[in-house]
Amino acid sequence: MTIRISAPDTASKGEVIELKAMIQHKMETGYRRDSRGDVVARDVITRFECRYNGELVFASDFHPGIAANPFLSFHTRATESGTLDFTWTDQDGQSWSETHELTVE
Amino acid sequence: MKNDRTDELTLSRRLALTGLGAGMLSSALPFAALGEPEDADAAIRDIFGDGRLNEGKVTVKLPPIAENGNSVAITVSADSPMTEENHVRRMAIISPRNPIAEIAVFELGPRAGKAEVSTRIRMAGTQRIRAVAEMSDGSLWVGSASTVVTLAACVIG
Repeated sequence: MTIRISAPDTASKGEVIELKAMIQHKMETGYRRDSRGDVVARDVITRFECRYNGELVFASDFHPGIAANPFLSFHTRATESGTLDFTWTDQDGQSWSETHELTVE
Repeated sequence: MKNDRTDELTLSRRLALTGLGAGMLSSALPFAALGEPEDADAAIRDIFGDGRLNEGKVTVKLPPIAENGNSVAITVSADSPMTEENHVRRMAIISPRNPIAEIAVFELGPRAGKAEVSTRIRMAGTQRIRAVAEMSDGSLWVGSASTVVTLAACVIG
């Protein structure tokens, strides 16, 4: 599962920074039919969370209306140096994570 | 399906599209799966409760025309200082036409710093997408934007 994170490595204290996160996932809606006419079962990521040194700063519930390879751009205020943790969870509870180190000067 | 002009137009366009390859039988499912504007209202009530919906404070950015409804870039933002006392708690993207009205619900807070979120959504046809923001005082604000979709999601897979 390919994950791409775009976030600054350094920020000044109090600065609002933009975070971009994308995960490779088909986000199968459950409304599509294959070449034989059978409905393709739904398979979607339902939850995204971003934690900053363990504290939840942004989260999202996803539904099948989110396009394949879910992309998010959101913001957080840089308060202290530490770890940004990005986690996606699918409808069956399987999850994928990536971290990013941020230095606050 | 209601017999007003918009739906008739949709009907003939969809028949033309599906008739090319799939034939009449398989077109039955996309019809049944399409949502109605009332579903969007119900979805907003499900997420946010029965509070009054105020117009304003929320901005939705969408392209005027999307060639492919499978992936349309959207940005929703709310006018808020994002402080401990006054911030956006949640923002939702709602479709009046997709099979499921609720597309995404974002959870923010004072740590978010700025109430602006971008993502990419599926659109089952031309429609006016709504975004609702719930503020820390419990008030609800709504904004919207329209996109003309030339090839809808679901139809082309």
